[in-house]
Amino acid sequence: MSVRLYLWQRATAALMVPFGLIHIAVIFYATRQQMTAADILSRTHGSAAWASFYGVFVAAVSIHASIGVRNILTEWSALADRAVGWCAILLGIVLALLGFHAVISLVLM
Amino acid sequence: MPEPAAQLSVSLWRGGADGRYEIYSVPRRESQTVLDVVTYVQRHIDPTLSYRFACRVGMCGSCAMTVNGHPRWTCRTHVAKVADGGRLQIGPLDNLPIIKDLAADMAPFFEKWQQAKGVFAPSQTRAEPMARIRPDSAPRIAADAAIECINCGVCYAACDTVRWNSGYLGPAALNRAWTLVNDERDSGNGARLAAVAASGGCHSCHSHQSCQEHCPLTLNPTASIAGLKRRSAAAYLKGELKA
Repeated sequence: MSVRLYLWQRATAALMVPFGLIHIAVIFYATRQQMTAADILSRTHGSAAWASFYGVFVAAVSIHASIGVRNILTEWSALADRAVGWCAILLGIVLALLGFHAVISLVLM
Repeated sequence: MPEPAAQLSVSLWRGGADGRYEIYSVPRRESQTVLDVVTYVQRHIDPTLSYRFACRVGMCGSCAMTVNGHPRWTCRTHVAKVADGGRLQIGPLDNLPIIKDLAADMAPFFEKWQQAKGVFAPSQTRAEPMARIRPDSAPRIAADAAIECINCGVCYAACDTVRWNSGYLGPAALNRAWTLVNDERDSGNGARLAAVAASGGCHSCHSHQSCQEHCPLTLNPTASIAGLKRRSAAAYLKGELKA
């Protein structure tokens, strides 16, 4: 792992800690309030704050996970360096697409 | 305490990468080292046994082998400390190609020293006055903590990351780079930090600390690597490093 990937992975990890805690707190709040999916969507619909929060969270997760999987493939697979890089990029794109699709569903649909 | 067995059952690796362990019976002696055992086999049982040693007193770093699953310097490892029920299994160092029997090929190990820019780059000529380095300066204290490496390859053989990632420079080369990063007389830190910050450099270390656990001189290469991580990350953030 180069210093560039190392710093991206550490920076996204640092970001994910508070975001993850907030995400878990929201889950606890929603379940304790016995909110339905419709209740939740009525609060998140059109919210720039929730779109920003989960948008940044998805970006951080996509970057962090793809770098991590890149390291695992480097150490545990017989793939060449270039192939490992492309696999990691592909995983990052898939995670970002799935995540942003969920964020759009949360605030726009 | 039980009396030590009169004979040791010694299993030695014979051949190259496709070799196998063969069992020899060696007389148990007082204050016997693992190197003594190997030498006994070569001198009294099979003169074709290949292994490497030089100083026999823990200075040269050439006699390291895998003893009962752990890399050790054999000249300073007493049989009493490692023999498991009078049994010894001795093989060449892990993570390196096998030349023959107990002799591992150290070329990849030293090539990585070169890749990590582990060579002193002088900043002055011999015509200039001798550099004055205070022994209590922070860089000198950091360098001193890592400087006593004897290049035995024990840390390299013990390292999980080397085992998993053949491109990883390894603890010894990075530890050496750290001593030079802290050498105020050295002028090669730009190239050195770029080398250790590239793919396969210090940031590949998982901090498992096997190097520290096995180092016969009780050095801590993991701490040196952590220092390189900090120093190279700071240089990268300041734009002093391309990676």
